[in-house]
Amino acid sequence: MTQFITAVLTSLSSGAIYALMAIAIVLVWRSTRVINFAQAGQAVLTTYIGYTVIQRTGSFWIALVVAVVSGAVIGAVIDRFFMRPIFKRVKSGPIVMIAPVVATLGLLGIIQAVIGFVWGITNQSIEAPVSTGGYKVMGTVIAFSNYNLLVLVFVAIAMLLLTLLFQKTNIGLALRASAYSPEIAKLSGIKVDSVRTLGWAIAGASGGLAGMLYIPGYFLYPNAMDLLLVLGFIAAVIGGLESLFGAVAGAMILGFAIIFSTTYISPKLFFPTAFIVLILVLLVKPAGLFAPKKSRGA
Amino acid sequence: MSLIVEGLTIDHGAIRAINNVSFKVAQGQLAAIIGANGAGKTTLLRTLSGLKDATSGNASWNGASILGKRAEDLARSGIMHVSDGKSVIAELSVKDNLALTGLWRKDKKDVVAATNEVIELFPILGQRMSQSAGSLSGGERQMLAIGRALIARPKLLLLDEPSLGLAPLIVEQIFQTIKSLVKKMDLTVVLVEQNAMGALKIADQGIVLNLGSVVLVDSADKLLNDPAVRSAYLGF
Repeated sequence: MTQFITAVLTSLSSGAIYALMAIAIVLVWRSTRVINFAQAGQAVLTTYIGYTVIQRTGSFWIALVVAVVSGAVIGAVIDRFFMRPIFKRVKSGPIVMIAPVVATLGLLGIIQAVIGFVWGITNQSIEAPVSTGGYKVMGTVIAFSNYNLLVLVFVAIAMLLLTLLFQKTNIGLALRASAYSPEIAKLSGIKVDSVRTLGWAIAGASGGLAGMLYIPGYFLYPNAMDLLLVLGFIAAVIGGLESLFGAVAGAMILGFAIIFSTTYISPKLFFPTAFIVLILVLLVKPAGLFAPKKSRGA
Repeated sequence: MSLIVEGLTIDHGAIRAINNVSFKVAQGQLAAIIGANGAGKTTLLRTLSGLKDATSGNASWNGASILGKRAEDLARSGIMHVSDGKSVIAELSVKDNLALTGLWRKDKKDVVAATNEVIELFPILGQRMSQSAGSLSGGERQMLAIGRALIARPKLLLLDEPSLGLAPLIVEQIFQTIKSLVKKMDLTVVLVEQNAMGALKIADQGIVLNLGSVVLVDSADKLLNDPAVRSAYLGF
């Protein structure tokens, strides 16, 4: 029973972290139709910035705020000075789909190289702001701590804020319109380029939050977010790539599948489980489990 | 205020889609641009609304050049383009689709008033506000697309094939609505249509495009009543 409770709570905690990365991927996908592989680099860069702030101030909380804000700034800068010029120059042919994705891969390499140059490639660590000691359930210490709970709360708050932003504000409507139909949005007077930059900024902030919450308990090094990127990407695909709810739901499905298979069958099943779930979803519902319904034919 | 197009040439890569096109549409007039598929009608409209770059020539609205300007800036200056394919955002609700053109307007009271006027004009939209635009019929989508444009209080309305794929009764209703809007709102309308007869019936002026060039410009009445023109270019 204790093992089951531990598995459920750990699944939630893991899924929450995957969800933040999945949200970042979905936000960029929705606004530009690009899978942003550089998100792993952006998240690790903001985490290094957070790490530096902790070194100077000793405060995880100040570092968290700085990491989220710098994530937003880095996201906006990447879109304004890197992606937007690419979109302007690449206008037709198959390269339209390929060039931006390849560009994000290149950017990932550049960011990781710069991090290695500035901070070095040795492992660093960030101490969690609250206890990472597991709770005691029926006399047994389980692998779920105050810190895991904190992560869950933060992800829930981030989801709530993003949902309110997208569904209840004019900016959210502009973001949704620009994502679904940039042309109609432009013809309606919406400054789509600026709105897309905002989308990249929000995605960058989400990635920054994911990085700062993910690293305590792991080591910080230039490639530290590569695994999280893969899992976030799988979660986003499971969810259908289009909705924030889908991203979170996909991340939770992935979290539960991985934790339960590694707990009850074999720890070696971590990667196989992730990819088996992905392939099953692609076979059964290629558009993802929570893809928007197709519209009625005119 | 008038729309003046002078020597406009537009290329699609190596293909010349529009060749040295000139015409003028006075304020409060409805001009129908008609022609067969591939005549360049849609390309012309997309260039006038900032979605496509021109190769050479000029186009001005109210004395100011509109070529090379961004679509969103032209929209904010009162030039609204309702593109073909019943241009609504299927994933958004009817209410949200209508709200798009009011997002950037400062006079929020007038946005509310304009929205109420649109609902009065197309009552069915009022009953469908919370539905997704993707669930609307073709005619309803066209009403929504036109209604969204009207909420911006446009001065120049560019309409691309509003009758495309609609039942004859709905086409008649849409055309009559467009005609009434011209008078009621002192709108200038450029209506691109393959349905030449329907468009010319409500238009003041007809512009016939053939393979990217203007072959006829005359009053809509004259074009409609000239048997030679009808058989040569209009197909009825």
